[in-house]
Amino acid sequence: MSTLFEEVPASFGDDVPVRRVTLTVNGEQRAANVEPRLLLAHLLRNGFRLTGTHTGCDTTNCGACTVLYDGVPVKSCTMFAVQADGHDIGTVEGLATASELHPIQEGFKDEHGLQCGFCTPGMMLAAKALLDENPNPSEDEIRWALSGNLCRCTGYQNIVKAVMWAADKLGGAADDSDDGSADGAGSDAGEEG
Amino acid sequence: MALDEIKIGGLGASRRRVEDNRFIRGKGNYIDDIVLPGMLHMEILRSPLAHARIRSIDASAAWAIPGVRMVLTGEMLAARNLAWMPTLSYDTQAVLATDKVRFQGQEVACVVADDPYIAKDGCEAIVVDYEPLPPIVNPTQAKAPDAPLIRDDKTGQDSNVVFDWEVGDREGTDRAFAEADVVSTIEMHYPRSHPSPIEACGSIADFNRATSKLTVYMTTQAPHIIRAAVALVAELPEHMIRIVSPDLGGGFGNKVPVYPGYVVSILASILLERPVKWIEDKSGNLISTGFGRDIYLKGEMALRNDGRILGVRMHTDSDHGAFFSDAQPSKFKVGLMHSAFSCYDIGAAHLTAQGVYTNKAPGGVAYRCSFRVTEAMFFQERMVQAAASDLGMDQAEFRRINLVRDDDFPHRTPWGFLTDSGQYGKCLDLGLEAIGYEDFLRQKEEARRRGRLLGIGISTMTEPLGAGNSREYDILGIKMFDSAELKVHMTGKALLRTGAKTQGQGHETTWAQIVAHELGIPAEDVLVEEGDTDTAPFGMGTYASRSTPVAGAAVAMVSRKIRAKARRIAAHLLEVSEEDIEWELGRFSVRGAPDRGVTIQECAIAAYSNMPDGMEPGLENNAYYDPPNLTWPFACYIATVEVDPETGVWDVLRVVAVDDCGVRINPMIVEGQIMGGLTEAYAMANMQFITFDEDGNCIGSNYMDYLLPTAWETPGFELHEVVTPCPHHPIGAKGIGECATVGGPAAFVNAVIDAIGDAGVRNIDMPLLPDRVHEAITAGHDVSGAPPVKTEP
Ligand code: FES
Ligand code: FES
Repeated sequence: MSTLFEEVPASFGDDVPVRRVTLTVNGEQRAANVEPRLLLAHLLRNGFRLTGTHTGCDTTNCGACTVLYDGVPVKSCTMFAVQADGHDIGTVEGLATASELHPIQEGFKDEHGLQCGFCTPGMMLAAKALLDENPNPSEDEIRWALSGNLCRCTGYQNIVKAVMWAADKLGGAADDSDDGSADGAGSDAGEEG
Repeated sequence: MALDEIKIGGLGASRRRVEDNRFIRGKGNYIDDIVLPGMLHMEILRSPLAHARIRSIDASAAWAIPGVRMVLTGEMLAARNLAWMPTLSYDTQAVLATDKVRFQGQEVACVVADDPYIAKDGCEAIVVDYEPLPPIVNPTQAKAPDAPLIRDDKTGQDSNVVFDWEVGDREGTDRAFAEADVVSTIEMHYPRSHPSPIEACGSIADFNRATSKLTVYMTTQAPHIIRAAVALVAELPEHMIRIVSPDLGGGFGNKVPVYPGYVVSILASILLERPVKWIEDKSGNLISTGFGRDIYLKGEMALRNDGRILGVRMHTDSDHGAFFSDAQPSKFKVGLMHSAFSCYDIGAAHLTAQGVYTNKAPGGVAYRCSFRVTEAMFFQERMVQAAASDLGMDQAEFRRINLVRDDDFPHRTPWGFLTDSGQYGKCLDLGLEAIGYEDFLRQKEEARRRGRLLGIGISTMTEPLGAGNSREYDILGIKMFDSAELKVHMTGKALLRTGAKTQGQGHETTWAQIVAHELGIPAEDVLVEEGDTDTAPFGMGTYASRSTPVAGAAVAMVSRKIRAKARRIAAHLLEVSEEDIEWELGRFSVRGAPDRGVTIQECAIAAYSNMPDGMEPGLENNAYYDPPNLTWPFACYIATVEVDPETGVWDVLRVVAVDDCGVRINPMIVEGQIMGGLTEAYAMANMQFITFDEDGNCIGSNYMDYLLPTAWETPGFELHEVVTPCPHHPIGAKGIGECATVGGPAAFVNAVIDAIGDAGVRNIDMPLLPDRVHEAITAGHDVSGAPPVKTEP
């Protein structure tokens, strides 16, 4: 960028207070100057270009913006960026390592737990918070834990299966007999080899 | 030697989805993820009133905010002849209001600024002076003799009626009713509902001054139609417009129409010579964009005592809101409403339909629906239930008596459709067996004796999916066909592009499977691209479950063209005549000498390096596919419920779905579509609707009021399949995306009505909210959900 001329964002006029926030995002220290009214979701998306955190509503209902705030799932559309100052934020971009997907990601793919993919980052983070607390959840516990996240495409059944798949993979002694209605999706015969 | 088709990801493989690789990493490219250098942001100011004259708009305070680059109003647009735009149904729609506002949430002004927060500040600083006018919220009001004229902008429009339409045999139907032993009647309202993909709409318009080319990234299910529309509205040459539809966070019909936000972002980009991004918020999406349904039925059935249906009469009143802007095939004013009863062998049928303008957002879009078939099949199955109980017959038996039999195909319906295949009885029997029908009826009786209300609801239907054929189906005169283009590179890898546009259906995965099936090229070697009008072949887009029936067929046809050319290359390589070449998946061999052969990949490289004399080099082609008929999947959905008589709350006990969508390309994806559809069916039956108060205020403009089911409420689904291949589709497939949304709602409603059968109630309008069910049980009368009519104070 040229040093001769840099256009200053007009929003940061003299009368607009700007706050410095420092936070950890997916294990990395980040800092930014923000207007107090900036939402955390927008700092992540537009400031840090972590666009896996989606926004799907304006009333804290859909959960597409779910991130982990010190490990707890929160709706980042309903928090100001300044509230994240000094905290640890986990987003979907932090789930996989350079070489390996997180079992929750694998489970979502393997069980067809997503269609358009818009709710998926939030769903996976809500699921991660659940499995961190309860490595062997029942179908009801999964459905309850994800009830703050809306999915318009899948009908949830495969999402539930995806979380169970991940629980299995992560080593929770999943109880196979307790599949309930999550097992009604028919057989997976014909899976690609 | 032969390839294992499942191993290469061909037909029938539950291949894991290719697109998931980016989605599960948070690396999808949805509209709001795209950032262009120098991009500005636009927000829309909407009308707070349903019907009002605009006295004045004062935007001076908005212009004064630092960072605001432009404020656009209807007046500015009018000066450029852009205040109104044509709709996809031969009507006009206001881009930004000039004379008056006609629904709550209508677009009044737009602010373009350095960031979206400033743009919102700008909107709040605009002062609009409104003179309120009396609002109209339902068809009865709209048709009243003294009703205020909503569309006074249209010359020659002297009432609020949009259309009157009629189809079928009036006299024949009258005769059937004259001969009837019993006439069964029912009235109901299918409420407004919103497709509501979790991602709302948005666009980024980028007018490049140097090249005079306009690129628009846009949430659209039909990029090519949009390109034509933009060319008409903006008066730009079509070849200077590029529409790119990125990853879509769901569509369900919501992303078919042209919305004012798109148009204004384009104009702003042209005026400001910078990219302009518009991202709609959820309330804007729910309050102003393509609603579905909102239609009233008067239905009558002429019945014989032995259970046969002699004739059907239907009259519908549809509420289109302020502008008729949904995309319907131009010949059919209430879409394919007259496809009702296609699965039954009925003697005669007649439909009259009227559409009206009201002070509500433009509605009637095909929400996960093939042009009003959702309403058609819901009405059908509710009428069937009422008819069976009027005759005192068992629900299942009444259906079995009247369903078209397997040996009756092809079957011409009295409304003129040609159904061509199915095993309806088998699907019904499978569903009844799966749910344990007889057992449940016994349980229900026992429960009733103990004061518990159990119910079972059945819904059987076939629906017309995959418009065209082009003889009958067009939008704005553009025939409904679709397209595919396949380029096989010299290494045997391939690039496939179609005129469809995936929104979660998994085209990137399934189209490659069709290529694998036709050519033996492993699916993983086929890259699928859609949505960019500069590269994709012209197509009508993805809605109405038409992708597999039409674009999917085009993929098969273009693959066959490639195979035909590869066969000639194979003959050349093997030095035999073409007649002596045999095909097995992925390989040509010499007849009688199967060891002598070449693979499709060897043919591919030869197409660029060793083609026969006189043959054009390369291995590329395209196909435009005009289907000979619609495809006719069949479904039988059965739900069991328990209703709490004290509260009216009902719980779903079980849901069984039997779907026959012909050959399944990817069974995993098909099942995903069915479960998603069943969930929307449950939602509509249980909670999801948008209504209006008597002042025209939209109730349901956010997810606190517009309820979508979560994982907690959504029942589990038990899926079963029957396969009757489509006789005319190249791989025998039929549409499936919306079957469960279409057929599902009636199963739930029929179950609740069955459970409270003793109350003498014929109908409760959806959604079956606890208070409505409770009222029906306690008062013993039907419960309407129609918006209230204002009574003068
Ligand atoms: S965007 Fe945060 S809950 Fe919907
Ligand atoms: S996959 Fe589309 S919203 Fe969940």
